Formats: sequence, structure tokens, C-alpha cells
Amino acid sequence: MTREESAAEKLYNMTINVIAGKAAAAGATRTESLRKSISSIIHKREMSLGVLPDGVDRNSDAFARNSQVMEGLLSQLRSHIRKVLAGGGPEAVNRNRGRNKLLPRERIERLIDPGSSFLELSQLAGHELYGEFLPSGGIISGIGPVHGRLCMFVANDPTVKGGTYYPITVKKHLRAQEIASQCKLPCLYLVDSGGAFLPKQAEVFPDKENFGRIFYNQAVMSAQGIPQIALVLGSCTAGGAYIPAMADESVMVKGNATIFLAGPPLVKAATGEEISAEDLGGATVHCKTSGVSDYFAVDELHGLAMGRNIIKNLCMAGEKGSPNALKHVYHYKEPIYDVRELRSIAPTDHKQHFDARSVIARIVDGSEFDEFKKLYGATLVTGFARIFGQPVGILGNNGILFNESALKGAHFIEICAQRSIPLVFLQNITGFMVGSRAEANGIAKSGAKMVMAVSCVKVPKITVIIGGSFGAGNYAMCGRAYNPNFLFVWPNARISVMGGTQAADVLAQVEQGNKKRRGIQWTTDEEKAFKEKVAEAYDREGSPYYSTARLWDDGVIDPADTRKILGLCISASVNSTPQETKYGVFRM
Amino acid sequence: MAPIATILGRKIHRWSLSRLSQAKKLSSSPSSSDYRDSKSSSKLIEKILIANRGEIACRIMKTAKRLGIRTVAVYSDADRYSLHVKSADEAVCIGPPPAKLSYLNANSIVEAAVRTGAQAIHPGYGFLSENAEFAQLCEDEALTFIGPPASAIRDMGDKSASKRIMGEAGVPLVPGYHGADQDIDLMQSEAEKIGYPVLIKPTHGGGGKGMRIVQNSNEFVESFLAAQREAAASFGVDTILLEKYITRPRHIEVQIFGDKHGNVLYLYERDCSLQRRHQKIIEEAPAPDITNEFRFQMGQAAVSAAKAVGYYNAGTVEFIVDTVSGQFYFMEMNTRLQVEHPVTEMVVHQDLVEWQIRVANGEPLPITQSEVPLSGHAFEARIYAENVPKGFLPATGVLHHYRPVPFSDTVRVETGVEQGDAVSMHYDPMIAKLVVWGESRAAALVKLKDCLAKFQVAGLPTNINFLRKLSNHWAFEKGQVETHFIEHYKDELFSDSVNAEQAEEVYEAAKFSAAIVAACLCKKENSIMKENHQDGRSLLSIWYSEHPFRVNYCAHRDMELEWENEFNTGNLVPMKLIITYQQDGSYLLVSESGGGSSPGIKLKVKQLDEHDFRVEADGLSVIVTLAVYSQGSIKHLHIWHGFQHHHFRQKVGLELSEEDEIQDKQTSIETAAHSPGTVVAPMAGLVVKVLAQSGVKVEAGQPILVLEAMKMEHVVKAPSAGFIHELNLSPGKQVSDGSILFKIKDDE
Repeated sequence: MTREESAAEKLYNMTINVIAGKAAAAGATRTESLRKSISSIIHKREMSLGVLPDGVDRNSDAFARNSQVMEGLLSQLRSHIRKVLAGGGPEAVNRNRGRNKLLPRERIERLIDPGSSFLELSQLAGHELYGEFLPSGGIISGIGPVHGRLCMFVANDPTVKGGTYYPITVKKHLRAQEIASQCKLPCLYLVDSGGAFLPKQAEVFPDKENFGRIFYNQAVMSAQGIPQIALVLGSCTAGGAYIPAMADESVMVKGNATIFLAGPPLVKAATGEEISAEDLGGATVHCKTSGVSDYFAVDELHGLAMGRNIIKNLCMAGEKGSPNALKHVYHYKEPIYDVRELRSIAPTDHKQHFDARSVIARIVDGSEFDEFKKLYGATLVTGFARIFGQPVGILGNNGILFNESALKGAHFIEICAQRSIPLVFLQNITGFMVGSRAEANGIAKSGAKMVMAVSCVKVPKITVIIGGSFGAGNYAMCGRAYNPNFLFVWPNARISVMGGTQAADVLAQVEQGNKKRRGIQWTTDEEKAFKEKVAEAYDREGSPYYSTARLWDDGVIDPADTRKILGLCISASVNSTPQETKYGVFRM
Repeated sequence: MAPIATILGRKIHRWSLSRLSQAKKLSSSPSSSDYRDSKSSSKLIEKILIANRGEIACRIMKTAKRLGIRTVAVYSDADRYSLHVKSADEAVCIGPPPAKLSYLNANSIVEAAVRTGAQAIHPGYGFLSENAEFAQLCEDEALTFIGPPASAIRDMGDKSASKRIMGEAGVPLVPGYHGADQDIDLMQSEAEKIGYPVLIKPTHGGGGKGMRIVQNSNEFVESFLAAQREAAASFGVDTILLEKYITRPRHIEVQIFGDKHGNVLYLYERDCSLQRRHQKIIEEAPAPDITNEFRFQMGQAAVSAAKAVGYYNAGTVEFIVDTVSGQFYFMEMNTRLQVEHPVTEMVVHQDLVEWQIRVANGEPLPITQSEVPLSGHAFEARIYAENVPKGFLPATGVLHHYRPVPFSDTVRVETGVEQGDAVSMHYDPMIAKLVVWGESRAAALVKLKDCLAKFQVAGLPTNINFLRKLSNHWAFEKGQVETHFIEHYKDELFSDSVNAEQAEEVYEAAKFSAAIVAACLCKKENSIMKENHQDGRSLLSIWYSEHPFRVNYCAHRDMELEWENEFNTGNLVPMKLIITYQQDGSYLLVSESGGGSSPGIKLKVKQLDEHDFRVEADGLSVIVTLAVYSQGSIKHLHIWHGFQHHHFRQKVGLELSEEDEIQDKQTSIETAAHSPGTVVAPMAGLVVKVLAQSGVKVEAGQPILVLEAMKMEHVVKAPSAGFIHELNLSPGKQVSDGSILFKIKDDE
């Protein structure tokens, strides 16, 4: 008998004795029924020990206001999404259809298991980033199951600038590969691209994290036993030709797919040879003669079916990740509170406080959260829960990080690392405490401990920015730089080194000092205008769309989908065997 | 009756001794001494061999089992796994698939009876049931033939002789020629005498086989010769008789029963007027709209007919009733248990097979004429595998989905097949008989319509929808039946709409069904996926949640179905649907047709079991059955809900096909789109006659080939005038359904 059980037994007997004494007159049978009902009460209580209280006042003004604002933010989000789902415009879409080609999302739909889920990443990459509209950054990426095997999909969108690679396209492609590498997911490249976008070649071609890195990653992942599969569904010119060439296996579609280092016009210019694209680098040439490709598909649907077949036949050997080496989960309960209420909890005004527990209560199984060190360092909420049956450790902000909160966070991360429990960070942080007392107490040292723990821990980490993400708080709470497996933001989120008003104050003080030295008098109006300009820039750059356009995150999500997305992310992350965590030097 | 020891003794030299002892060990036959007793102490039948197959074999076994009588089935190689074999206590293989070599092989059957120690043989209907030689052979082998005496079969089997006997017994006859002189010129002049239209039919056999109506003297010769050929093929005798053809006739027959003590009674009549290709499809008892006086007169005439030939056991006297004059005439007597006997059983509350056995045992009839009850009304609908729009051509195929209506006191389903069985080209394509009973004709009809709507068959074409049209027809509802009913109302019966408004309604109903099919398919697919990935209950299962998740939008998919409307064959109506998975777990279905798209319908689906779903649309919930099977690269989808049944096709995803198959598919597409003038076999069958050769110039409609399938002849005619090309067939050659027979081209 475990300790908990024996404690429960003791409590049960005590209660029975008390009640039995009181009810002695009522007779033995009544006692027996009481015994039963109390037993069931205790049983239930035991199960619900960690159930979080509701914590939401549905009749409050804040609730109504938050709901209303969030509704507005969500409709804005959906309208952005609708635009990118339409691809590169009706004309390009029709041209694509005319070639018997599907749109990239339609291709993915036919590759994943019928009726299964698809976790698309960074849908709004490239949003208002360049002078021109570049829906989804011209490339679709995401995770979905094929024959029960989770795969990373990277699909060029030929309707967007001919599927060419802008700098953000490259970044998104590399990010998908990074996730695949971290989560050991087979990669399916749906190639239909004109290669690098030449006018921006300087930002696309030469640097470390540029075009060449795609092939480097393919080589390295292949070496690690992570399958690299290319389905060539359209053109695949110049540098792009290396995607199928570097793949473990590749498929080409008759008529539409071409692979060559130089297309017919360049060939004519270079050698005078006149040849059609199909004869130069079509499926027949590469499947029959050159051996650049392995499977000959008669049409696109056939090619996609072959892609599914290739995944069906994968069998990753041994430890490197036997298929579905996912943790066994047991029966799980849905949260007892409505997940849609997540849309009404977070305010857009980051000065307004909200309890991270009310968010946790709407994310975890049965709304059960066993809190760790509840009374110590209360501005950081830590504890254990399950999401779709998978145990997780959760860290959520309930205010500024103090010494104690940071130490508690580091401690909790160490525990989860020991036990290989994935971590979920719910960021809503204005930063670490400042001021003489905090500095004297070594806030920097405590913060460093938490940052050390977050950096080195080798369990899957998933971050969701549910409110503000400012300053060093972003670091300690596993911001983008700390390699979380996935990072998503809510539409109300704000990300910057500090708040806009604070930054305006700081910069105004600096500016005033400069002006003073030069003996220039600064009017209040001028100072106000200066501050407004700074605040405005911070506001723009702190927007989740500014972030997601630049791939500082993996997508803007509806708060109501948080539980679902966390589940999918964890499921994709626990695909590989747990690694041992080693820390650096903790400053004591 | 020869002592059994003699028979065994005679058998011994035919069989090896070891084989006999083996057979005895295998079979639970009583020892031969028991047999000797049986003769003296009128021992009752304890084991019956059923010399038949399909539903009738199963039907007979049911009664035998109830009476504690053991059963022996016989089967051909084609029927090894059939229901009638599984239902029997013992089963003996009697030969290869062709009936001539198995179910018509009297010697093998008698040998099987001897081997298993069966004391009696029930012939069922068809096959050897009206073969006097077989009845005689049974008698010779000391086996009880459960049926009339051989002499009565012989008398009634020869139609000319039977008419003569009937005439002498005072039974009214249709004017005609029944002479032995079969000279074609004489026959033609006799036909002139009777006056056209004239009916030509073989003197032997029945079931409409070989029968022809001749409208004028020009058609006489060809029809006469064809009837002769069919008669020879089917019955081995090619004598033909001629009769006055009654233009608005009803077919009413009287069930009679006699015992071996000279008692004969009638169990009222059945109306079997609803016929196609001269074969009954809906029968009822009692006949609607006749007086008790008329019923009594017919009954009396039938009893006289039976008595005239010393009849015992079950028999049916068929009359043709002239609706114009109100006269009835003797047509023929069927000396067997009829297909449609259950309708009589339902209204007289008797088990006729039990009666047959008791009569065979020598017992007197259990009741007298005045004790025969008559209560309520019963219908029988025969469910056939057949191609209604192609002129009711017999169809073959596999019963991929087969779910007859549940049985009850008032609903019987007589069937000899199960789901997964094939309806082959060797035998009668009847799948089942649906028999319903009600307090009145109207009440029985309500039940018939309901049962037909719920009778689910998928995998091959059936006449169920046609039977539904018949049972819903206003004239049928009124009881205005006559033999030409189907011909008479063909415009209403062979199309699903008579005006544009109705056509629109029918189309909308199909569209709605398509939406339900799509939603149910999504649901089904989800549950299969879930099941596949449930093992180990890994976290992976969340990727297969009830509704596929998408980030910031609703998952949707499109589905292309083709509506196969049997009233509009060869014209598949494409239906494109877009299914959106809604947040609340329902499906939003929008159908796209001709550029425009209709407003969507929201469907909530709950899967009840493999085939059944509860679908809620706009607050109305219905139970839906979905059957899915694949044939080549086509997936067939059948849906039943309420009074609706629709059939859709879907092209199977390439998922299932390998590269090679795709190449195959392309070739098959090419052959499917035949060049104009190509004539394909309308059914699988045997070439019996080739009437023209390649290179010959023919007129449109000119007969080119004669095919035979299911013992029915079918003339293949030239679709247009021109020259014949690529005709490489000769008599005796087997052709498969859809294979190219020849081509007609404009040039030589």
C-alpha cells in the first residue's frame, strides 16, 4: 500500500468513526451505506486534489471587455489567414490548376492520413514584410501524420512569385528543418520552385543561415537517420535541384516536374543546344537515364500517393527513433472549464494582471494542476499536470520575477529534467525586478540560474506567449533564443526589450541629456512628440504580426486552440529518446 | 417398391466395396434391416434429400428440421459454400456447375440419396421437379418422391395431352392448336384459324421459357423456330402448341392438394398477373376484386382437373382470366410446389411443405375443404439480380452487402444466399422472396412497400427499385392487375419522373443523399483511422481526433461522387461536394454543380455500427445505412434512409493502385469509351447462333447473334446499318458481360 493510500485509509476510518458515533442510533445498515458514500467522497476528493478553482468572474466588466477585444483580434487574425490561404491570387491559382497542379495545402491534404490533423507553422510569415504581398512567405510548412508517422512538410507555393525563395522563405524552410531535426521527423519536401529570388540574392545566398543551409541540413539529417524525401511536382531549377538530389528518395511527376542546373534558355545561351524543358530534365530523363530521381509518377495525384508509400515503407532503425516511440498515455479528461474562455482571460492592457492558473485550468487534463512551491516566489507559478495524458511541467508568470521566483523556476526545471518531463512556458512577463534592493539581493545572479537551467535542459520545451514578453523575462521564460521546440503567440501578445512607454522615457532622458550638453532647449511639445514616436515604433514592432512575419515565433494562434496545439506539439516532440541534461556553471 | 438390399446389392457392383463402407460410416443411415421394416410398418420419413438449391432448398429444410427430419443437400461445384449446403445435415456433391451435369443429373441425385440413406427426395421447383422419369426412377429405387405420381406429371407435363384430358373433364380451355403434327405450314394455318395475336409455346416446361407472342403471320416462322430451339435446349423436347392470345388477361392460379386416399381440396387462388418476360414478380393471395362465387367455381374446376389425372400432393392449376369477358380458361397444371406457395401459406395458415411430407407418408389431408381458413391478404415480391432497364436481363455479381428485412410473424424472407455469395450465370438469378401478410390488401401493401424500402442489396443490379415502383403504382394499389400491367404503364414505371418538377425533386433527393454519404464516409474514415492508431494508446491518437484540426481555419475537403440512376443508365450524374469540418463536430456540406454552389447543409453524424449511422439535418434525425464496396478502380456506395435508396460511384484514390495498375486503368478507360458502332455483350452468355459474318452489309435492327444466358435467348441486333467488322464468334463460344462482339462500320 502506498503512503497516499494508507493516509486515505486512515482518514476514511477516522471519518467513519466520527460519523458512525453520531449515527449509532440509526442502526448498522445506515452505517454501511454511509461507509460507502464516504468512501466515494474520499475517492473523488483524492482524484480532485489538484483541481484548480474556476478563477474567472464571468459577470465582471473585465471579462466582457477582454472577450470583446479578443473577438476583434481574432477576426483580424482570421482575415489575415483567409488572405494567405488564397495563395498568390486568382490568376496564378488558375494557371496552376491549368497545369493539373494542386495548391500546396491541397497537396499536403492528400499526403497526410485522411481526416487527420495538420499543424501548420508560421502561416503569416512575410506578413507586410516586403513591398509586395508574399502569402505565408511563399512556402507552407507543418506537421502531420502519414501512415501513422508524424512528418514535417515543406511545400513551395508556385503561385507566390513562382515559388522562389525570398529571405523569409529560406528562413521558414530552415525553421521547419530545425524542428524536424529537433523532433526527429521525416521531411517531405514538395518541390515546385524557381530557386532563389534573384533580386534579393545578397540576402538569400551567401550567409550561414541562407539557401545553402537547406542542403547542409538535408545531409546532416540524413546522416542522423532522419528520412529526407523530395516530391518534385513542378520546376526545380538551379540550386533548388539539390533538394531532390540530396534527398534519400525522390519522386518526379511526368510533364510537370523538371530538374536542371540550368534551364533551356541558359543552356541555349551557354552551349547553343536547343532542347525542351521536359527533354532536358523531365521525369523520364531523371528516372530512366540520369538516376537523379527514383520514382516516376504519371500525374500529380500518383506522385503524392507515391510519397505516402515511401513513408509507409520507412523504418527507422533502432534507437534513432523507432516509429511512434511515443509515451503510452492513459485515459485523460478534458479540462472541466470551457477552453473557449481563454479568449476572455487575457487583457490587451499589459498593466492588468491575470492569474496564470486560470489559463492552466483551461489547458490541462481535468483542470488538475499539482502546484510546486506554491507559497514561495509566488510570482512564478510552477507545477505538474497532464496534457492529453502526457505529463508536463508548467511554468507561468503571475507578475514580475523576483529572486525567489527565479530560484524556484530553476529548481523546477531541474526536477523536470531529471524526470524527462516536457516543459510548457506560459509567458506573460514584464521582466525581472529592478531597484537597489533587488540588485543587492543578486537578482542578476538568480535570473542567470534560471536562464542557465532553461538553456541546458534537454527535455522538449514549448513556449506560448499569452501576454507581454519583455526584457530578460523573455530569456528566463524560454524565448526564441532558448530553442524551444515550438513557440506560439496569442493575438494579444507584445514582445520587446521593454514596454513602449518605458523605452520612450529612457530614450527621452538620454536625448535630453544630449541636448543639454549642446545647450539646446527641448520644449515639452517636442519631448512629447519624441516620446510618441518611440512608443509608436515599439508598439508596431512589439505586435505579434511583426513577430510572426519575421519568424520570431511559429505562429499566432487562437487562445482557445492552445490546449490542442500544445498536445500536438508535445506529441511531435516526444518522438525521440530522452537525452541527458548537463548544466554549465551555476553562479551560486 | 424394391427391397433396399436389392438396391444396395446392385450398387455394390457399381461402387467399390470399400467406398460403400466408407460412405456408410460417414452417413448416419439406418442399417438396411431398418429399411425392410419400413415397408411393412409404414415407417415415416426420417431423412429427406432435397434435389434442389437456393431458397427452396433452404425453405424445405426449415420445415424438415421443425419436424425432426434429417436433411441431405446436393450441390454442384459452384454451390460448395452455399447456404443450402451449410443448412443441411449432410451434403453431397453431384457434379460440375452446369445444371445438366448436376441438378438435372437424376442418377447422381438418386445415388446420393442411397449413399446417405435418405428415404425420400423432395425435388423443389424447377430442375427435376416435373420430370416424370425422375419421379419414376425414385419409385424404382424405393425412394419416396415427394410430389405427385409420375403418371400425373406425365399427363400434365405434355401440354397438348393435358388440354385434352381437361377438355374431357369439362374444364374450360382457351381456343388453340394442340396437335402432334408440327409441320410449320400446318401450324401457320392453324394460327390463322385461331386469329392473331397467337401465343406459341413449348408443350413441355414452363416458366415462360420458349414462349413467344406472334402479332402477325410475317413473324410466325422466326418465332416458331426460336421457340423450338429454346424448348429443345431447356426441356429436350421441341413440340410446340398454339393458343389464342388474350389481350387483357389476368393470371390466376389455384393451389390444390391431394392425398393418396383420393381426397383433393383447393387452398384458394393466387393472382400472379404482375409479370415481366412472362415471369411472375409480384404475386398475391387471394386474388383482388373477385367474387366468392368466382373463387368457388375456379376452385371446383381446379379440383376436377386434379382428380382427372389421379393427382396427389401439391399442385397448381393455372387459369387465364379474360378481364373483358370475365371467363376463365385452363392454361396448365404445375405438378410441383410453386415458387409463390408462401402467399397461400400466409392466408391459410398452413405449412405446405409439411403437408407434402405428410401426404408422402401416406397420411390423409389434415383438414377438409370446409375447414380451410382464409384470412387477410399476402404479397410476394421476387427479388432478382437483374438489369431492369436492359429489359430485365439477368445479372450476375457478388452480394457485397445483403441485409434483408427482419423476419416476423407477418414478414417472411425466403432466401438461399448470404452476404458475400455470388449470383452466378449458371442458375436462376433470384436472390430472395419477400412475403408479407396483412389484415387486408391495403394493410399488406403498406407492409410490402416498407419492407421493399428496407431490403438492402448492393453489389449487383436488382429489381428492388422496380418492385417499389410497382407497389407504389396507383393502379396496383387499386388492385387493377393484369398480365400486361408493366407493358401498359411502362412510361411511369421505367422512369423516375414524368415531368420537370418531379425530375428536380428526384435530383434534389439524390443530392441530399450524396451529402449524407459524404458525411458518413468522413465519419467512417475517422473511426477507422482512430482504431488503426489506437494500439498502445499513444499520444499519436490526438492527430486523429473526431474533427481534423487546422491552425486558424476549418479543415475541409472535396469529394466527387457520381450518381448512378438506374432509370437513366449510362448517364452518371457527377456531384461534387465540399465538406467542412465544423468546430462543433458537425459537417457542413456544400454541393457544387454547374459552377454555382447551393447553400450548405449541416449534418451531425453518429456512427452506430459498421454500416449504420444516425444523421441529423436541420433538427430531423434519420437512421442511415451505408454499404461500400470496390470493383476495380471504382468504389460503389449505396445508401438507404427512409424511403430513399441511392447508388453512387467514386473513383478510388491512387492510394490503392500500384503503378502498373494505373497503366491498366488507362487501357480499360480506352476500351470503356468504345468507338461508335461497337456492340458489346449485354450480359455474360453462350453464343448459340451467328446469323451474319464479317464484311456483310446489314440493316439497322437486323439480328446478328443469338446469345443464351440463364436459359433465355437474347438476340443481338445491329445498332445501325453498315458493314460488320471483327465478328469472330462461333456457336458454343462463351462471352463475358461487356466484351466486344462486333463492330458496325460505314465502309467495308
